[in-house]
Amino acid sequence: MTLTGTDLFALLPVLLVLGTALAVLVSVAVSRQHFVNATITVVGLNAALVSLLLVLRATPESVTDLVVIDDHTVLYTALILVASLACSTLAHAYLDGYPGRREEFYMLLLTAVSGGIILAASQHLAALFIGLELLSVPLYGMAAYTYRDHRSLEAGLKYMVLSAAASAFLLFGMALLYAATGTLQINELGAAIDSGVTHRSWLVIGTGMMVIAIAFKLSLVPFHLWTPDVYEGAPAPAAAFLATVGKVAVFAVLVRLFQSAPATADATLHQMIAALALISMIAGNLLALRQNNLKRLLGYSSIAHMGYITVAIVATGSLAVEAAGMYLITYVLATLGAFGVLTLVSSPYDGTDAGAVHNYRGLFWRRPYLAAVMTVMMLSLAGIPSTAGFIGKFYVIALGVQSELWWLVGGIVLGSAIGLYYYLRVMVVMYLFEPGERRRDAAHDWGQRSGGIMVLLIALAVMGIGLFPQPLIRLVEAAGLGSG
Amino acid sequence: MILVWLLLIPFIGGTLCWLLERAHAGSDMPRWIATATMLAVLGLTVWLWLTGNYHLAGVIGDQPDWGTEFRVDWIERFGISFHLAVDGLSLIMLMLTCFLGLLAVLCSWQEIDRRIGFFHLNLLWIIGGVVGVFLAIDLFLFFFFWEMMLVPMYFLIALWGHSGSRGATRITAATKFFIYTQASGLLMLVSILGLVFVHYNHTGEFTFDYNVLRDTPIGGVLGYVLMLGFFIAFAVKLPTVPLHGWLPDAHAQAPTAGSVDLAGILLKTAAYGMLRFAIPLFPDASAHFAPVAMALGLVGIYYGAVLAMAQQDVKRLIACSSISHMGFVLIGIYAGTLLALQGVIIQMVAHAFSAAGLFILSGQIYERIHTRDMRRMGGLFPRLGSLPGFALVFVLASLGLPGTANFIGEFLILVGTFGVAPVVVVLAGGGLVLGAVYSLVLMHRVYWGPAQGRAELAGLNGREYLTLLMLLALIIGIGIYPQPVLDVSQTAMTEVQHWFTDVRPRPETP
Repeated sequence: MTLTGTDLFALLPVLLVLGTALAVLVSVAVSRQHFVNATITVVGLNAALVSLLLVLRATPESVTDLVVIDDHTVLYTALILVASLACSTLAHAYLDGYPGRREEFYMLLLTAVSGGIILAASQHLAALFIGLELLSVPLYGMAAYTYRDHRSLEAGLKYMVLSAAASAFLLFGMALLYAATGTLQINELGAAIDSGVTHRSWLVIGTGMMVIAIAFKLSLVPFHLWTPDVYEGAPAPAAAFLATVGKVAVFAVLVRLFQSAPATADATLHQMIAALALISMIAGNLLALRQNNLKRLLGYSSIAHMGYITVAIVATGSLAVEAAGMYLITYVLATLGAFGVLTLVSSPYDGTDAGAVHNYRGLFWRRPYLAAVMTVMMLSLAGIPSTAGFIGKFYVIALGVQSELWWLVGGIVLGSAIGLYYYLRVMVVMYLFEPGERRRDAAHDWGQRSGGIMVLLIALAVMGIGLFPQPLIRLVEAAGLGSG
Repeated sequence: MILVWLLLIPFIGGTLCWLLERAHAGSDMPRWIATATMLAVLGLTVWLWLTGNYHLAGVIGDQPDWGTEFRVDWIERFGISFHLAVDGLSLIMLMLTCFLGLLAVLCSWQEIDRRIGFFHLNLLWIIGGVVGVFLAIDLFLFFFFWEMMLVPMYFLIALWGHSGSRGATRITAATKFFIYTQASGLLMLVSILGLVFVHYNHTGEFTFDYNVLRDTPIGGVLGYVLMLGFFIAFAVKLPTVPLHGWLPDAHAQAPTAGSVDLAGILLKTAAYGMLRFAIPLFPDASAHFAPVAMALGLVGIYYGAVLAMAQQDVKRLIACSSISHMGFVLIGIYAGTLLALQGVIIQMVAHAFSAAGLFILSGQIYERIHTRDMRRMGGLFPRLGSLPGFALVFVLASLGLPGTANFIGEFLILVGTFGVAPVVVVLAGGGLVLGAVYSLVLMHRVYWGPAQGRAELAGLNGREYLTLLMLLALIIGIGIYPQPVLDVSQTAMTEVQHWFTDVRPRPETP
């Protein structure tokens, strides 16, 4: 097996990201300059993003048996890169006040990004595993980065232990699949299932175990217990990364898995995933109701959102892949924006994040545009028209109606109604005028800094997509798995 | 293009108000800008009315007789277009919206003294959203505005509302309002999508256009379920009785301008939605559903009236009386005869005026004696200058005295329904008596009875006098000569009646 020039060319984004990680490593060895290292990271990620345009000409390109670079991969890679760019600008603002060593954060982040890209591109279960671990292991470090705060350390440890358990499930599941079909290639797996397998139950159990592992990563109920703690404990940029890149990459491979290897043809498994989705929507929203910590609240809300988007896995309608893409994009943008505002209010680091909802009291009257951004994000997460979130919700409901999954549609309607309660609560708190609270504010010139500009851009994107979704829809439609 | 401006002006004006407040804090400029904006929009609608030709019923075709249209593609993937159009029905609603919007700006002149700019931003954005609802004839666009107008309304109640007793805070009321409407709205979205996919399966083409979807053959259980999705969304907003829980709280907690908008405009979007969408899109299912809807209307009339009698809070009383009045509207809509439908239009306009008047009055009383509790009022008639005189007229209008627009509305609805469902009319007639009771209770407890104090309170100033006089003139004017309104809605209502009752055989109604 040899790598040709075209193969290497197709791998350009991953190589660039890994190269940047090395560059940061070397640069840290030379001198610890926070700004320089952050800049290297951002430049590298941007270069990878631009290289996608070139790579797009070469698609689809299968690089060895392990990974495939098709339009699907490119779309999700772009999303991962954009999200990690946002996270690194936030990290720069956040870590400025951190007394410990700041630069390693970027190395961890870049490694995790490369893992995410490999995950999105994997067409082989081995690549899936490598990608998933490459994504998760640096995340332990990122979650526990501000380790002097015991909650951060706890978050890292908790995530590590549970993640390792999930990996064990994943490996066991893969082994069973291999035993049943004799292949680890996702396409061949699908073919083998179609042609009938003797050990049907192995297949079901194997896929079921993989689903459990992936459900853990996506934090679907009942595998969600780690989510609020990790979100709360991890430093805000790390939580943002976990909530966006961590979900996007896993979901990308999940879509590929279930579109090429239709294990969902099995009725039991199909119903099991549908049930996971339904419980996640309802439970995630219900649990978020009583939260007073914004990070925990976002954690629970992400559980609910993952429930909504899992409809795209269950559904058989022609819109499924498109809906998954659209929903993920809108979810990622809104989550990044919300975490972005949270990070800016908590920046620079001074021991704890501004997690409590009351920290935001009256923010509108002090930082109107920042509060407006947060409002847009909350509305987007709640799925109110004129924000991107509505387009995502529209897609998922359309898909549910098209595939006649009435239970899930009912779940989305109910979940959204419950969810409104806490999104509105966060929103209205920012507009209440209440003197005398201990104030956490973003710096006065937040709008002129990279983090601030990024947050404003995201807000514009959310509104833009909400009002003119057609260009994005065309993009996502073109990146469907069929064309790959 | 005029339709686009109609839609854009409130949004632009609202943004301007806020920006001005940030630039010059504490100035009165936002109020003037808001007034100017509303006058401009009102002027545009009047211009539409004067130049358009609405009262000659031509041949009733398959398409509504749009006066003006505007259409550009929006989301081609699903065949969604930015499609606005006006016919007689929407024109009346638009004029109503703009007029009450103007009143809302005027009546909050003294009440709102903090964050004026942001207040007017929300107020004008509500108007913008409602104008969108009345103009949109693409179902996606309709839903878009339907949900979008909730956000500024939420802020209006949550930030400038009054916190009531018994732990009913303004934020709870606002949240309740939002959740009720949004959840039911999502049911409507599901129904819209169901309709679109039925059409897609027939023709292989995505479209959300009202004109096209109206021809989708849809019947049986599916049609019934989809119709219910629409009906529930509108029934929550109307409100119809089992789904009315948000209304008294929202009204009681909202600032005066919010109550005026809620009662005058937002409730009307529901009736508009039924006339425009629920019935023409699903005539069959609606015909089957008509007896149930009328029964719900009856329940609403009585339940609302009984609730109103038990209230201590003036604004809650008026809010509950709205439930009762909207019961008549529901009956009229589902009776489906031309006379009843025309009555519905008049009733909506009349109720908007009388309820707005009463809400403005209670706002003005609140500014003077700082309570909305009727137990702490009484004997106000001689103490408030000309205010109680106006109150008397609005109360009489609310109970449907001949000579006021409300009488015309109720009368037409009852006469129009009699041929279809005489039992319902007889029962609904009883509701009118209850209406008289709670109206007089309101009058008596607030303005007569033992006085709580002797001091003369401030009378009406010029602005307040003018606001109330405009409302009064319209109520009496339409009460005596309703023909101009009826002329405008004639064609639109004939169409609704034609699609609803003529094309398909009607089942027996009680």
